[in-house]
Amino acid sequence: MQFATQSTQAMNRQSFLRRSSSVLGSIAFAWLAQPSLGVRTLEDRTRGVLRSLPYAPKAKRVIWLTMAGGPSQLELFDYKPKLASMDGKPMPESFTRGQQLAQLQGQALVCQGPQFRFQRFGKNQTELSELLPHIGSMVDEICIVKSMTTEAINHDPAHMFMNTGSQIAGRPSMGSWLTYGLGAETEDLPGFVVMISTGEGRTPQPIAARQWNNGFLPSKHQGVLLRSKGDPVLYLQSPPGISTEIQSRDVEAIASLNRFHDMTARDPEIATRIAQYEMAFQMQTSVPDLVDIRNESSKTLESYGCQPGDGSFASNCLLARRLAERGTRFIQLYHRDWDHHSLLREELPLRAKEVDRACAALITDLKQRGMLDDTLVVWAGEFGRTPMKQSNKGPAGRDHHNKAMSIWLAGAGVRPGFVYGATDELGYAANENVMTVHDLHATMLYLLGIEHTSFSYKFQGLDARLTGVEAARIVKDILL
Amino acid sequence: MTNPSVFRVVLSFVYAAIGFTPCASVTFAAEKLEFNRDIRPILSDNCFYCHGPDKNHREADLRLDVREEAIHLKAIVPSKPAESKLLDRILSKDASEVMPPPESHKKLTDQQKETLRLWIEQGAEYQLHWSYEKPIKASIPAGKNAIDTLVQSRLEKIGLKPSAPADRRVLIRRLYADLIGLPPTPEQVAAFVNDTSANAYDKLVEQLLQNPHYGERMAIGWLDVVRFADTIGYHSDNPRNVWPYRDWVIQSFNENKPFDRFTIEQIAGDLLPDKNQSTLIGSAFNRLLLSTEEGGAQPKDYEQRMLTDRVRAVGAAWLGQTTGCAQCHDHKFDPFTMRDFYALGAFFADIQEPIIGKREDGMAIKTPDQEKSLADLEASLAKAQKEYDAIRKQLESAQQQWESDIARYSITLPELKEDSKASKEAKDRAKNVSKALEKSAKDRKKNETDTIRDYFLSQGTTLFQEQRDALAKAQSAKDSLYNALPKCLVSTSTKDKRTVRILPRGDWMDESGEVMKPALPQYLVQSKMQSSSGETELTRHDLARWIVSRDNPLTSRTVMNRLWKQFFGMGLSKVLDDLGAQGEPPVNPELLDWLACEFMDSGWDMKHMVRVIVTSATYQQSSVASPEALAADPYNRELARQSTYRLEAELVRDNALAISGLLVAKVGGPSAKPYQPEDYWDNLNFPRRTYPADAGESQYRRGLYTWWQRSFLHPSMLAFDAPTREECCAERNRSNIPQQALVLLNDPTYVEAARVFAANVLREKSGSDDELLRRAWQRALQREPTTSEFATIQKLLIDRRAAYRDDPKSAAQLLKVGIAPILEGIELTELAAWTHVTRVLLNLHETITRS
Repeated sequence: MQFATQSTQAMNRQSFLRRSSSVLGSIAFAWLAQPSLGVRTLEDRTRGVLRSLPYAPKAKRVIWLTMAGGPSQLELFDYKPKLASMDGKPMPESFTRGQQLAQLQGQALVCQGPQFRFQRFGKNQTELSELLPHIGSMVDEICIVKSMTTEAINHDPAHMFMNTGSQIAGRPSMGSWLTYGLGAETEDLPGFVVMISTGEGRTPQPIAARQWNNGFLPSKHQGVLLRSKGDPVLYLQSPPGISTEIQSRDVEAIASLNRFHDMTARDPEIATRIAQYEMAFQMQTSVPDLVDIRNESSKTLESYGCQPGDGSFASNCLLARRLAERGTRFIQLYHRDWDHHSLLREELPLRAKEVDRACAALITDLKQRGMLDDTLVVWAGEFGRTPMKQSNKGPAGRDHHNKAMSIWLAGAGVRPGFVYGATDELGYAANENVMTVHDLHATMLYLLGIEHTSFSYKFQGLDARLTGVEAARIVKDILL
Repeated sequence: MTNPSVFRVVLSFVYAAIGFTPCASVTFAAEKLEFNRDIRPILSDNCFYCHGPDKNHREADLRLDVREEAIHLKAIVPSKPAESKLLDRILSKDASEVMPPPESHKKLTDQQKETLRLWIEQGAEYQLHWSYEKPIKASIPAGKNAIDTLVQSRLEKIGLKPSAPADRRVLIRRLYADLIGLPPTPEQVAAFVNDTSANAYDKLVEQLLQNPHYGERMAIGWLDVVRFADTIGYHSDNPRNVWPYRDWVIQSFNENKPFDRFTIEQIAGDLLPDKNQSTLIGSAFNRLLLSTEEGGAQPKDYEQRMLTDRVRAVGAAWLGQTTGCAQCHDHKFDPFTMRDFYALGAFFADIQEPIIGKREDGMAIKTPDQEKSLADLEASLAKAQKEYDAIRKQLESAQQQWESDIARYSITLPELKEDSKASKEAKDRAKNVSKALEKSAKDRKKNETDTIRDYFLSQGTTLFQEQRDALAKAQSAKDSLYNALPKCLVSTSTKDKRTVRILPRGDWMDESGEVMKPALPQYLVQSKMQSSSGETELTRHDLARWIVSRDNPLTSRTVMNRLWKQFFGMGLSKVLDDLGAQGEPPVNPELLDWLACEFMDSGWDMKHMVRVIVTSATYQQSSVASPEALAADPYNRELARQSTYRLEAELVRDNALAISGLLVAKVGGPSAKPYQPEDYWDNLNFPRRTYPADAGESQYRRGLYTWWQRSFLHPSMLAFDAPTREECCAERNRSNIPQQALVLLNDPTYVEAARVFAANVLREKSGSDDELLRRAWQRALQREPTTSEFATIQKLLIDRRAAYRDDPKSAAQLLKVGIAPILEGIELTELAAWTHVTRVLLNLHETITRS
């Protein structure tokens, strides 16, 4: 197919340049091929708005593993012997006074010791739950942060806060910020991809499309949901009865007619339209190729623990690696079932099993391919869980909690085999090296070469930033 | 030109050569500088953050937004740049001295520094921020169109010439798109092109203003700005009843309800002395915010979210002020304070609503006929009730007798006898009754008492059966009518108002802040407003009256600026939601002021304003720009031509449905569910949901009736930039992305539309390929194809026809898309081949573009 003639490309270039003087900031084409002409600035190579980066970037891309619902750090990462000894005793009021709780608000507060054992793993003998043996086996590759906090205590606002730095809907998601700033290194795949898996659990969290919305940034920075059922990308498949060949003829006819029209209309949008049809058509081939994991070796499939087409979190981890290889900038995976108000003992091991092997396989796989050095992997929920027992929803669980949560990071200049921060003796609040969501964002941007205070977009009269208006700290302690 | 910076240099050279101002910061040495145009943007962007209105963030006690203060601290010494500290600091080479400080990442250009110097030299005069000054109406020579006069005087000044009028086809397409959002038919275009009467255009305008689709077209923007949606937004994102409000908006535009009244009914439709069903539906505005049903959500948290949501809505819809900033601190650039923010929020503290949890069903909406029927049924019910009440005592004593008989003789209820053939439900019910009967009357819970009474009346006695049946019948007759009525959330005022406090740093857990009473934003109010209700506190009605009063300089400007975008593609001030310091001063301030004054002078007459705009010569210009014109004014801010832009999401759909002949033109009604990819709602929960696409005519409704699921908006709408309406949206993006191509190529809606379009072309007119191809082209674009265009679709037809003759199976598969029946009497392979022609036509850039 012969779409992008030289003149089309030149035209694209022209309309591109015309746009680049826009104060509104509608600058780069999203994931659209831009031939490089003349001087190659950063902007030329990646089609993002940032012309140069203040820091040498360690990370080229991000894989964000979101454990939606809020996994219990007290069973997985943050072992508290004192809490074990206080099991069943009232939670000292000195800890909880004045604190807003979610479902435990107004209830008698009772300590609940860790429900699972911890073991020591790796060179540094890092303490980790027995539920995470595979992550344990590569614990020397990751950096665990035990002192994470957030501001929200309900799922929806907490996800928004984690993804956009604001609890109010309408702000761009991290992935949108990054493709806006840095573009992507792929020409036929989206720069920001989201995948969601449910697992075998009971109460999957609803995940709104706003979690990958571009907010006030141009729409082309919207995340694209890669689905495991039906078309992997919405409307990707040609209508029944229309083969790829026939589809290409129609697209070609559309392009010709649009080109004829452009001769009289002289509208720069027409060249863009033609290019976008070409891109759409390319995606019709490149995306099915991307999601087809049948040609991965059986060893690889086994290490992740997935089967082609099973739509599991493990499959999505493997797809994340494939996307990373193909140049997607920001890949976000959701596992939807970590909200253990009840049945913590029964459900947590099952959920841990669904992610443990796959997470470890992802890190190992990236490392083997030499990609861990420039891929930042983050594993986090939207908040943590209380050291207090919740028993008003059936067999014991834990409530939402924003004063302490554990996350881990790996790759791309993050200090491996390191544990950062700590909580008090009952695991109620982070009290050493506290890390906020804004800190996490600032640090992440730093690894990508971006200074968070100067990466902004004019919105409602403010230079809006991912890290918000409050001070945020680049946590260099967790970096190499 | 190989890199943007070179291009920019060339551009500024072009600007300089023609003396044209691309933005306010370019200066003219010869002309006196104006604070609002030339200085304020520089100060606001670079200095006000630390030396502006926010007292908590002010450095060195210096504020540069107030002249006296800046002079007092000698930052500015009028006419003496050399003595002005401001200049010292901005020119300093010392990193510890220079302003703005390096760590702020703000930097003044040499040109900006020079502008500031010149301004001080010229006397450093200030102006009130432009939008806080009352608009002044320019005097226009009699018989002249004000828009044309004001645009042309500006064009003369900067040396640009207006474009020729657009041709008639373009004009009618433009008018149809802008006024009713639908394409004209080829016949309508031909009639207009051939109408030689002098007032042909004016007649067309009048006709479209009276068209019922006018209200639908106008509603789209308003529904964005008030964030109208069918679901609650947060977490489970469950449905709520608000669609009658959408129809109320459409109706209001159609009957040309004065905009002041339109405003008052929305904010205070429940408080009006002449309130009625319609004003109450208007008051649904107050209920359009986001709410949650999430377990564990804290009332105080959401009380605060709802308050701030409402303040932002008033700011966005009417004031053009980014009030949201003041939730946590005084606005950094505008004089809007935290007090103003919470005082504005306090107006809404009387609205009765659950803070957490499911919304109520809302008010039942009745037509006059239904109202009468319902009144009749209620009267019958009251009568039946009265007759029943008369016998109630006797029934009660009969029940007592029955109960004591059961106790005394240990009677087993018939259903519980061993040989009973009663159903399981009946047995279970009898068991419950018999268990309840074991308790003494005073120990029974309410549901137990009810269970016994219901059982007794249905099984234990035949006494007064006739009266009882009559009552049940009357009740059910009334219920079945009532339950079938549409419902709408509306505003209800309660005396038991929520307490509104200033929340320090926006923290809802902090209860130390001062309690706030309703009050108007201090900086905008010249005279104290008296409450109309005789209450001690101002009410929502007072707020609404002030919003549309002459005292408020913002509303008419905000609304006219938004309206302008509908007709020219961009606002006169391009930041539609911010007429404050960080927005953009209008390119042609006299024009925006004239529109704002005329709007108020006309009695807030929306159709009048639309008419004034579309009958101007400025509106009727051609949109084709010469390369020189494009270089001189790339964004068409100066209006030396019309603009070209893609149709809005809803209209992309409407356009395809209208061209194909599928569109159901009905106005109003419950939201519709067009085809949507299966499993698109998989990520919703509490409860899990499926999406049953509508069958029958609801499948072919206009885009604005699409079910608006906030967390998962219909993906075709989303692809074309329809906002999710989680927040008020004054301005939509206008993107050009690959998903749009995927939608138009592959969404069954468009595949079906292509098929039906093809069938209609083939059915309407038998004839040669030649005639039919032209006919199809005409329907989509209302013009003749050029020779090359014609050749392209002709080849497509011939190729597809040949291919489908060899492969009829594929033809049959393609034609199965969509629920519209396949027209009898057309060969399937032929229909499939034509479907490719029509599909290509529906995908053209020109088809989805308003020019």
